[in-house]
Amino acid sequence: MTLTELQNLLNAEMLCGTLKDNLDIQIAKASDLMSDVLAYTGPGELLLTGLTNHQVVRTCQIAGIRAVVFVRGKKPTEDTVKLATTCSLCLLTTKLSMFESCGILFSHGVRGVTRQSTQEV
Amino acid sequence: MASKVVFQQNFAINGGDFANAGESSIRIRAILKEIGIDATIIRRVAIAAYEAEMNVVMYARLGKMHFLVTPEKIHLTVEDKGQGIEDIGLAMRPGYSTATEEMREMGFGAGMGLPNMKKNADVFRISSTVGKGTTLKLTFKINGTQD
Repeated sequence: MTLTELQNLLNAEMLCGTLKDNLDIQIAKASDLMSDVLAYTGPGELLLTGLTNHQVVRTCQIAGIRAVVFVRGKKPTEDTVKLATTCSLCLLTTKLSMFESCGILFSHGVRGVTRQSTQEV
Repeated sequence: MASKVVFQQNFAINGGDFANAGESSIRIRAILKEIGIDATIIRRVAIAAYEAEMNVVMYARLGKMHFLVTPEKIHLTVEDKGQGIEDIGLAMRPGYSTATEEMREMGFGAGMGLPNMKKNADVFRISSTVGKGTTLKLTFKINGTQD
């Protein structure tokens, strides 16, 4: 799934990002706990979260995540957007809840980090 | 250690410095990428380094991370001066945490830090003295699969 498709499906607003359609989103992670995000050591392109501080950006840099969707209409601070811009991380925000967002993406083929892929590492 | 040094660097970490927390680990990730290390190993080292860095920021006064790459292994040693850990067995238990509300608001303090480090490293050593500080020694093999 491209970011444009994701943006349409979640009726999301793009906050920053440059690689718009170069990104193929296949695997997503969803959590407000950054340690949980890091606990999934397998690959994943997208994070859905309700947390908006700059540790979200750092966690994505560490975990190799390329795009973030903030749920329930949350928006990060300017500093967080600036940090995301410097590391080419796409940020989006949707008014949908975490559950609804995940459900929509899953029904359109985006998958989670499976048990198998977390155990590979 | 007889092995040749490919790269090494020390990083200073300041306790309570949430604004810059993670920068050393991101630098380490970039260095490993530059050296040409396998992406899976980079992710494991970066995650363990980041969790270790966050622990120093959250719980200690100051710390030092020594990062050393040899042709066979990546070594991370994190020493901090701080409160130390009273019961290492308990701290290693997934979900156990002594985090404050501020730390939880940052998305940390889920009690997954030390277990995450152990899971990602090939060798994980921890020692701690209450009131003095904690030392972590992590080793990652560059070739072959994780033990």
